[in-house]
Amino acid sequence: MTLLTLQNVTATYGASQALFGVDLEIGEGQSVGFMGRNGMGKTTTVKTICRMLPARGKMQFDGQDLQRLPSHRAARLGIGLVPEGRRCFPDLTVEENLGAAARRGHWDLSNVYTLFPRLKERRRQVAASLSGGEQQMLSIGRALTTNPRLLILDEATEGLAPIVRQEIWTAIATLKHETGMALLVIDKTLKEMRGACDRAVLLERGRTVWAGPMDDLTLELTETYLGV
Amino acid sequence: MSREALVNSAALLLLVAVPVWALWADEPFTITLATRAVIFALAAAGLNIALGWGGMVSLGHAVYFGLGGYAMGVLAFHAQNYTPLMDWPFTITGTKSMPVIWLVAMISSAVAALVIGLLALRTSGVYFIMITLAFGQMVFFFAISWPTYGGEDGLSIYVRNSFPGLNTLVPIEFYGLCLSVLCVILFLNARLIRSPFGLALNAARQVPHRVETVGMNPTRLKLSALVISGAVTGLAGALFADLNRFVSPTMLSWQMSGEIMVFVIIGGVGRLFGPVVGACLFVLLEHFLGGVSEYWQVFLGLVLLGIVLFGHGGVVGMIAGRGRTHD
Repeated sequence: MTLLTLQNVTATYGASQALFGVDLEIGEGQSVGFMGRNGMGKTTTVKTICRMLPARGKMQFDGQDLQRLPSHRAARLGIGLVPEGRRCFPDLTVEENLGAAARRGHWDLSNVYTLFPRLKERRRQVAASLSGGEQQMLSIGRALTTNPRLLILDEATEGLAPIVRQEIWTAIATLKHETGMALLVIDKTLKEMRGACDRAVLLERGRTVWAGPMDDLTLELTETYLGV
Repeated sequence: MSREALVNSAALLLLVAVPVWALWADEPFTITLATRAVIFALAAAGLNIALGWGGMVSLGHAVYFGLGGYAMGVLAFHAQNYTPLMDWPFTITGTKSMPVIWLVAMISSAVAALVIGLLALRTSGVYFIMITLAFGQMVFFFAISWPTYGGEDGLSIYVRNSFPGLNTLVPIEFYGLCLSVLCVILFLNARLIRSPFGLALNAARQVPHRVETVGMNPTRLKLSALVISGAVTGLAGALFADLNRFVSPTMLSWQMSGEIMVFVIIGGVGRLFGPVVGACLFVLLEHFLGGVSEYWQVFLGLVLLGIVLFGHGGVVGMIAGRGRTHD
């Protein structure tokens, strides 16, 4: 069953157009790698899905028209976002960050601590005092406690130490294999994306240029659209 | 126990000890002074919910303080004159019962906060401040031009209202009642700020757009906080009017809004006991410096300047350190 549908979505920042026709489909429990070079519109697409940026075109989540919803209502439908950068609530402790937006479901404090044991050790620390990697784990944990049906991870491993990146990818693999949550993963590391995602969608200059199973993503495509 | 918890405990201890000493030393005026400080602390504790935890710089909190005062004044005025408040479509009589007056004060202030918040929260920053100020001035001039309840001269109540089991005319009993109300509100504030609502409000103050992405509506959170804040400040207004047995448009003036904000800033914005410490210091300065010079507010200005420039956490912050804002 299709969870998220984007058809010919366009969006602008003031007078400058950023998206020219994005198509994206994510099925229930599916993990999709959303790829493209810098400035191609990946984060802009995420902002339109989360209703942080007005857009045109067909946008549906679980059969409901996203265009009619404000940002918080879209999140309540079951769209969880781990935003680009480590955007926790800086003055709240780890536990308070996780509790501030928590909704009932599988992902409670104990399950988040099982996924990221480091957060349990730091549970009384304010988010601003955590390392970059810990803040990223907290950001993922906070999105999980809203118990989303679709989790969007926007550059979740960017700028992190290799060992922390590995922890994050392990967590993403756990989410993929052990929960029924759909994932939309944005990242620049192709090798890890191949392992984590079932399908890939390539974006070029604000347009979807290719979509298909991750196994069909050829070297030619990655060289053309990702430069790797 | 954290340093802030120690500061809070010391403040509470002083609030109990000073009036007990005053009673022992037969200094009833000191008890009245302490009562004034406690009521101001309650008003500021209300503002602290909006300002400290919700990040809303409201320059119109005198509306709620004054409405609370007028709720008391109007109800008691009709009770003492044996005239009904309204006759049609049903009869409403006045009352001298404090619990009823408090309820009316809180409800009317909460409704006012809801209406003001619905409009003011469409904006932010300086526009929010201006809208709250504009509402304050509207209500102030309305009170001045309403002769039924005294207009500019205000409204006197001959006998303090009653509370079951207490003789509220005895200063120490009325003080105990006010302190109990303050303690209950501070306890509820502490619970509120640690509740999911309080955490979300705190998060909405820090980064409103991030709160939206986790499914919460920052405007609704702030509106709820403003309504609670208004209700608490309204309750303080009712007690203040009862303390003076008098209510006038002064309670609704923008200077009053400024004073309530000064209590919070001196004590510590977003600190649980910041409003208490701030209000007590203000009353002390007002009393002692006011005896030295009629321009005592110049000194208050210097104190405020020093705190704003050198102590961001107010007096509580300077003593207890930066730390968490709601310990």
